Amino acid sequence: MSESQSHSATLAERPEGWNRPALIQPSGDGELLEVAMGPHHPSTHGVFRMDVALDGERVIRLRPVFGYLHRNHEKIAEGISYLASMPYTDRLDYICPITNNWAYALAVEKLTGQQVPERAEYLRVILGELTRFQNHASSIGFLIQEMGASGTPLMYAFREREKILDLFEKLTGARMMVNYMRFGGCRVDASPAWLDQTRKVVAGLPQFIDEFEQLLATNEILMARTQGVGVLKADLAVNAGVTGPMLRASGVNYDIRKVDGYGIYNRFDFRVPLGDHGDVYDRFMIRLLEMRESIKILEQALKDIPTGPIMDPKAKSRGFRPKPGEAYGRIEAPKGELGFYLISDGGPNPYRYRVRPPSLINLTVLEDMCLGHDVADVVLIFGSVDIVLGEVDR
Amino acid sequence: MLGEGILKGMAETAKNFFGSYVSAERLTTVEYPEDRIAPYEAARVFPFLVFDSKSPSNPDAADWEAGLRCVACQICEKECPPKCIFIEKSKDKKPDAVGKPQFYPARFDIDISVCMSCQICVEVCPFEAIKMDTVFELSTEDRFGGLLLDRKQLAKSNEYFHQIHPTEAADVDDRLSEGRAKTEAKATAGAIAAAIKGAEVPAPKPPAAKPTGAES
Repeated sequence: MSESQSHSATLAERPEGWNRPALIQPSGDGELLEVAMGPHHPSTHGVFRMDVALDGERVIRLRPVFGYLHRNHEKIAEGISYLASMPYTDRLDYICPITNNWAYALAVEKLTGQQVPERAEYLRVILGELTRFQNHASSIGFLIQEMGASGTPLMYAFREREKILDLFEKLTGARMMVNYMRFGGCRVDASPAWLDQTRKVVAGLPQFIDEFEQLLATNEILMARTQGVGVLKADLAVNAGVTGPMLRASGVNYDIRKVDGYGIYNRFDFRVPLGDHGDVYDRFMIRLLEMRESIKILEQALKDIPTGPIMDPKAKSRGFRPKPGEAYGRIEAPKGELGFYLISDGGPNPYRYRVRPPSLINLTVLEDMCLGHDVADVVLIFGSVDIVLGEVDR
Repeated sequence: MLGEGILKGMAETAKNFFGSYVSAERLTTVEYPEDRIAPYEAARVFPFLVFDSKSPSNPDAADWEAGLRCVACQICEKECPPKCIFIEKSKDKKPDAVGKPQFYPARFDIDISVCMSCQICVEVCPFEAIKMDTVFELSTEDRFGGLLLDRKQLAKSNEYFHQIHPTEAADVDDRLSEGRAKTEAKATAGAIAAAIKGAEVPAPKPPAAKPTGAES
């Protein structure tokens, strides 16, 4: 008896959060097995821990533990100049640095009232949608990898991602740590040759989605593992503040590109795909469909991009001091609503700097999605949230 | 039919597998140490200090120290996000890239184990003195001293800059020659003042170069 107790969770002794009543009742004698998944687990996308209480194979409780990758981003940003935080935002969600740059630049532009030239807006849209495409492609790849298909879909996604990263490197000088956007524009202009290459890459992307869909969408094993698994109800998703593809997979029509129309998004003709069931399969399908919509936006933007300056003439890199005030800039990042909240006291560095990370907030409903499912499905549900630990822990 | 989706997927995999034998663009990787992909022109890995091998301050092309464009203004030190630059200002002055007498860095260190190649030092530098390099094979056994580069290790010639970033370097040269023309115009106006400034310079050559600028 004493031996079984040492390996099982007697609920009264558990740390805070474990003492509340279980959301679902264990069967049988109530003996639970506690498993710590992570922080070094192949499925955790970095260093994330899930303390799972199991009744046989069934998940009874799940406690997410994060903070292993905490880098003090917000506090550091309050001690350095506005511009110097820009390269640090690349390192939040390191799969899509461009959108992080964009959200931060948008917040500062709101604070100072700077105008972004037309061409820079187009460049932002082009790079942002390329980022969305490669994020969704690789996140599907990771999801399928977590299902056990090691390699093939992920490598197909990475092959495509590599083409997009090549474009980023050609333009910005780095594949991932781009440090591209500036307050009131973009850092470097795109050459006609770069735009031509982008058009060529974008022309090849639909073929990749067709291939991906052929490979995965009707696969019986994938459907059996994902349909009806990890259902997230629309009302819970809204109440928990879930955004992005996760929210839309639950059938809530909320896309900040449509709601805010920030930048020049209201000029483009695109649709917002919505899910029906809110399960893992829907989230997978939503990403696939959003990639198609991204291509539509890319084609329009590449067709219409005007010539002209890429920086606000009043913008300056040294001695940047916004007037006292506060601003919240948000964009539809590939993972959800990414927002930056800034308070300026008129000094060279922000008084308060706060990031609203979509990964962290989407992760808060993990337990609700996992309860009652097998432990093998936890990995899958976790993968379908699409997080990057750099952003969760900051 | 059950299994149809799996078969469709396998057909796609087979297409990809055999495709790599027929189409060259399917081969997306190179075997790194033997084969290399040339870095793009925009590539940026760690900053370096530019020195001019032919300039008013450094006419005989040999001395990297006299040709350094850096004037130790310490803006990059202040703006660097991870604070990896350390500069010590000189006590005396010497002519800079456009011919004005300026301070120079008595010490200029960059800790590349801290540097994140963000290029902000390059953006804020008003003297075109610090630029981004493209070298990346910098591993060393000594992780403290070996990764702390001093100004001698950081100094690279303008010709090297032209080699790695031709477009950017040409723009920079245009801007600098504009600045030099302005300084020379000023020197013509105040030839005596220029001669006095030239006399302060420790190197023997620059004073000889100054009067020619003043005569024109």
